[in-house]
Amino acid sequence: MTSLRSPLGHARGLGSAKEGVAHWWAQRLTAVALVPLCLWFVISVIRLAGADLPVLQGWLASPGNAALMVLLILAVFHHAQLGLQVVIEDYVHCEAKKIVGIVAVKFLAAVLAVFLVLSVIKIGFGV
Amino acid sequence: MVEFSLPANSKVLPGKTHKAPAGAKKVKTFALYRFDPDSGKNPRLDRYEIDLEACGPMVLDALIKIKNEIDPTVTFRRSCREGICGSCAMNIDGTNTLACLKPIEEIKGEAKIYPLPHMPVIKDLVADLSVPYAQYTAIKPWLQADSAPPPDGERRQSPKEREKLDGLWECILCFCCQTSCPSYWWNGDRYLGPSILLQAYRWLVDSRDELTGERLDELDDPYRLYRCHTILNCTNTCPKGLNPGQAIGSIKQMIAARR
Repeated sequence: MTSLRSPLGHARGLGSAKEGVAHWWAQRLTAVALVPLCLWFVISVIRLAGADLPVLQGWLASPGNAALMVLLILAVFHHAQLGLQVVIEDYVHCEAKKIVGIVAVKFLAAVLAVFLVLSVIKIGFGV
Repeated sequence: MVEFSLPANSKVLPGKTHKAPAGAKKVKTFALYRFDPDSGKNPRLDRYEIDLEACGPMVLDALIKIKNEIDPTVTFRRSCREGICGSCAMNIDGTNTLACLKPIEEIKGEAKIYPLPHMPVIKDLVADLSVPYAQYTAIKPWLQADSAPPPDGERRQSPKEREKLDGLWECILCFCCQTSCPSYWWNGDRYLGPSILLQAYRWLVDSRDELTGERLDELDDPYRLYRCHTILNCTNTCPKGLNPGQAIGSIKQMIAARR
């Protein structure tokens, strides 16, 4: 408590960001999307349990399965990075560490999502 | 990072025990958090044994008895003793509540009493509430309208419109909910907290207020509003039975609705 700034000055701070609803809405939207997508994924994994590699590749090469898989990947990583950002904002109070943490989470999510989507495409085209 | 343990000079040490008077029939021990910033010493937990046969039914009655009859140095806020002023908000038996509304009978074993959590302590059970008070000022808790009021009377409101304020106007700003919220503990400098957001909602749904949009602009912020993660400690702890969690959810819905 070395600052002599008034409590009201502190409370107002830099003012409102006037954004935040988009993040909150995207988190809810991806959460809802993940309910059917995760169900589909779990059922598919159970049905494919013990299948040979060509069977698995053939399954993933069908446009319907490939589309659902890409949607699942996008929803999972979008939702994950939104959620992890909130966790970091909650608990990390050093501004530098916070920014590095959030950027790292977002980059990692983007890299993994792109890698997995490309893998689905590769299997789909049979290259 | 978030502090999960107390700094060395805030660790609570064992304190003195004041024994019950001889011949006491129904003895109850009250363990009170004691801290005097002028002494430079760590806080301590003093124990006071009192005879419930010679004491009123509420925790506040016991605190007043202790101050009057055993130890006049015990410091706490109190005024109305009927749950309307919000002064005697403190952490009793692990839950934030009003000492005047908390029956001693509801507490099993030793009654532990601490100040409201995660606030700077001025002395003993008195927490420094200047930050939440400033946050309250920041939301402009008064009617704002550009239209002039009718020259012959007050601004009118239908009974249905008035009903929307029920469950909100009853808030006495005791800050039991505010200081029970982990999000407020970790980010109290930027997150407005449940009590301030409930108050903000009270003006957002007031049909007579004309600056709803500006009020929502001020709240639409990742920290001010969206630090609420619906933990709902606020609703659980409110000594007036209000639902700040629901009010915050409604603010989020209002902001989503105007997109």
